[in-house]
Amino acid sequence: MAVVEAPPQTPVPIVTKSKDTRKQGSLAAKLLTPTMGVLLLVIGYPILAAIYQSLYSQNQGTDADGFVVQGDQFVGLGNYAAIFSGDTGVRFWNAFYNTTFFTVICVVIEVILGVAMALIMNKAFKGKGLIRASILVPWAIPTVVSALLWRWIFDSNGIANKLLGQQILWATDGFQAKAAVIIADTWKTAPFIALLVLAGLQVIPAEVYEAAKIDGANAWRQFWSMTLPLVKPALLVAVLFRLLDNLRMFDLPYVLIGPQKPSVETISILAFLENTNSRYGPAAAYAVVLFLYVVLVSYAFVKLLGADVIGDNRAKTPKAAGRRRGLRTVAKGDTP
Amino acid sequence: MRRRPLAVGAFVAATALLVSACGGGSSSSTSSGNAPAALDGVGPITLVQGKDTSNFVQGRLDAWNQQHPDQKVTLIELPEDADAQRAQMIQNANAKSDAYDVLAVDNVWTAEFAANRYIVELPTDTFPQTADFLPPVIDSAKYKDKLFAIPYASDGGMLYYRTDLLKAAGITDPPKTWADMQADCTKVAATPAGAGVSCYAGQFQKYEGLTVNFAEAVNSAGGVITDPSGKPDVNTPAAKAGLDFLVNGFKSGEIPKEAITYKEEEARRAFQEGKLVFERQWPYMYTLAEKTDGSSKVNGKFAVAPLPGLNGPGVSSLGGHALAISTYSKNKKTAADFINFYTSKESNTIQVQQASLAPVYTSIYDDATLQASLPYLTTLKASILAAQARPKVVRYGDATLAIQDAAYGAIQGNMTSDQALSQLQTKLEALTSGS
Repeated sequence: MAVVEAPPQTPVPIVTKSKDTRKQGSLAAKLLTPTMGVLLLVIGYPILAAIYQSLYSQNQGTDADGFVVQGDQFVGLGNYAAIFSGDTGVRFWNAFYNTTFFTVICVVIEVILGVAMALIMNKAFKGKGLIRASILVPWAIPTVVSALLWRWIFDSNGIANKLLGQQILWATDGFQAKAAVIIADTWKTAPFIALLVLAGLQVIPAEVYEAAKIDGANAWRQFWSMTLPLVKPALLVAVLFRLLDNLRMFDLPYVLIGPQKPSVETISILAFLENTNSRYGPAAAYAVVLFLYVVLVSYAFVKLLGADVIGDNRAKTPKAAGRRRGLRTVAKGDTP
Repeated sequence: MRRRPLAVGAFVAATALLVSACGGGSSSSTSSGNAPAALDGVGPITLVQGKDTSNFVQGRLDAWNQQHPDQKVTLIELPEDADAQRAQMIQNANAKSDAYDVLAVDNVWTAEFAANRYIVELPTDTFPQTADFLPPVIDSAKYKDKLFAIPYASDGGMLYYRTDLLKAAGITDPPKTWADMQADCTKVAATPAGAGVSCYAGQFQKYEGLTVNFAEAVNSAGGVITDPSGKPDVNTPAAKAGLDFLVNGFKSGEIPKEAITYKEEEARRAFQEGKLVFERQWPYMYTLAEKTDGSSKVNGKFAVAPLPGLNGPGVSSLGGHALAISTYSKNKKTAADFINFYTSKESNTIQVQQASLAPVYTSIYDDATLQASLPYLTTLKASILAAQARPKVVRYGDATLAIQDAAYGAIQGNMTSDQALSQLQTKLEALTSGS
C-alpha cells in the first residue's frame, strides 16, 4: 500500500506563562466581551426563554360566559410528561421515529451520491465549471420552493406518475409519502455534500496518486486507502451539517405532503402545530426536547467520529494530533 | 452551526415572551348580560385581510378615504394562506398591539377570537343592515348569541354537473339524492361519451376542505357534528350514513382514487378536464369553468344544482368572511363606521361583480340583472339558506384536525366508519369540555 507522509508541521513555540500572557489574556477577554454578549443575547437567551416557557401552560378552559380564562399556569415538568404519555406519546414517538428515519436514510443516500458527484466534478474535463455550477442549483433553491416543485412532480397526474406509468398517490399518508420526502431531500442536498467533499478532494496533492500508481494500486484501492481517508475531515463536517439540518426537518414534509400526515410528521412539525393552536408551553417543550436530541446526536457524532468542526484540535495538542491523525491533517483548514 | 436547530426554539420563545409579557391582564371585562362596551375613538385605522387579488378592496378604501381624509383606512395584506392569517392576527392580539384595527376573519375563527377576547362584541343597533342578511350568514358571526363580526362575503357549496353527459344518458334533472346521483352515473357510464368519466369528487386532501366535505356529508344525511348547544354528537347512525357515502364512494370507485389528493384547485382541474360527471365545489369555479380560452374543456357543458343528500337535498357547509374590530384598536368608532360602509348593500353589489364573492344580502341574490350575468346566484342562495356552520368550537384549530383525522382515516380505509366516529366523538368531547 502507498505510504503517505503527513506534511511537516510547523513547531508551535512553547511559551512559559508570564506577566505578558496574563496581560494579553485579560485584553483578549475584554475584546471578546462584546461578541460573547451578542452570542448570549441571540443564542443563550432564546434557549433559556424557551425552557422557561416550557414550564408553563396556557389556560384553554372557558368561563360561564364562554370566554377563555386568561393567564398562564406554572406546571413544572407537566408539559414534558404530557409529551411522553398517552395519545400524545404515541404521536411523539412516531414523530421521533420519522425524524430519525429521515435523518439516517437521507444522510446515507446523500453521502453516497455526494461523494460520487464530487469525484466526477474533481476530474479535469471540458465544461467542468458549468457542471459544477449547475449541480449546485438544487442547493440554491429555497426548501419551500423545491417542496412546491416536487409537489407538482408528485401530483397524481404529475410527471413522476407519467414516467413510472403508474398511479401512485404520493401526497397521501403512507410509505410513498416518506419516499417522496427522501427523494426531494436528496435532490436538494446531495450537491451540498458534493461541494464540501470537492473542496476536500482538491487539496489532495497529485503526487500521492502518482506514488500510488507506481506502487500498483488500482482505482478502487486508491479510493478506499487514500481518497476517502484524506477527504474524511471535510466529509465529516458535511455529514454533521446534514444531520443537524435533517433532525429539524420541517418545510419539506409540511409543504410537499402536508400537515397531519403521521407518516411524515417530524418533531419540528409537532412544535409548530402546538404553537399555531396557541399552546406555547407544550410547543416550547417539544422544541426543547428536539434541541436536546440534536445536542446529543451532534455530541456523539463529534466524540465518536472525531469530526473536527471548530478546527482547534491541532492547536490544543499539536503533537498528539499530528501523530494520531497523521493523514487527516492534510485537508485541515479547508473546512468552511 | 448549532444555531440552526434553535430556530424553532427561538421562534417559540419569542412568541412565548409576548404571551408572558401580557399574561394576567384581566382588563376591563364586561360581565354577562351587560351591553357591549361603546365603540369610541376616531382616527386613521387599518384593515387586515388576505391578498386583495381583484383590487376590489383598494377601490373601496379609496372611496372611503376620499370622504374621510382624517380617518384614512390603510390595507394590511397578510399571506394568502388562511392559517398564516389566523396566526398573525393571534400574534398581534397577544402583543396587545393597536397595529390591527379591523380584521377580516373566516367565520370558523369567530368563536375562538371572541372567546379569547381578541375581538370586541358589537352592538346590534349600530349595524342595522344585518337584518337584511341571509340568516345563516349573520348567525355565523355570532358567538353565544352575541354579535362579534359583520359578514361581508358568504360562500356555499354547489353540485356542478355535466349537462351534456346527463342529456346523452337521457337524464333531464340533476340528482336530488345520493342514490339518484349513483343511478345517473351508471347511466352516463353506459353512454359512449361517459366512458372513463368518474362519477363524483369533492375536496378530500387532509386540510380544512376535508372538514367541509365531511360536515356536508354528515349534515346531508341528517346527522350533526355538534348539536345546537355545542355538544359533540357525531357518533350516530345518521353521521355514519354520511361518512359511509364518502367511504363507499372511494371503495366502489365512484369517487376516483386520486380525489384523496384533491384540494379546490385539483378538483377544479379534474372537472374542467372533463374527468368528472359531478363535483362539489364553491361558486368561484363557475366563471373559471366557463372560460372559452381553452383552459376549460367543459365551458357551456355544465350547470349547478343544490348538493344532493341521503333522502333529499343536501346541506352545504357555510363559508365566508366577516369584519371584526380588534380589542386593542384605538379608533373603534371609525372602525365601526368603516364596517358599515364596507358591508353596505352598494358595496356588496360591487363586490360580487368585481371580486366574485358571494353576497350577504338576500336582495342581491334576487336582482334580475345580476342573475343574468351570474346564473348560479339562485342555486347559491338556496345552498347558503340551507347551509350549516361548521362547529362553533373555541378550540376550532384542534377540532378541525380531529375531524380530518377521523374522515381521512376512514376514506383511506385505515379504520371503519364506526371506529372513526367514536374516536372523533371522544376527541371532540375532550376539546369542548372547557374549564
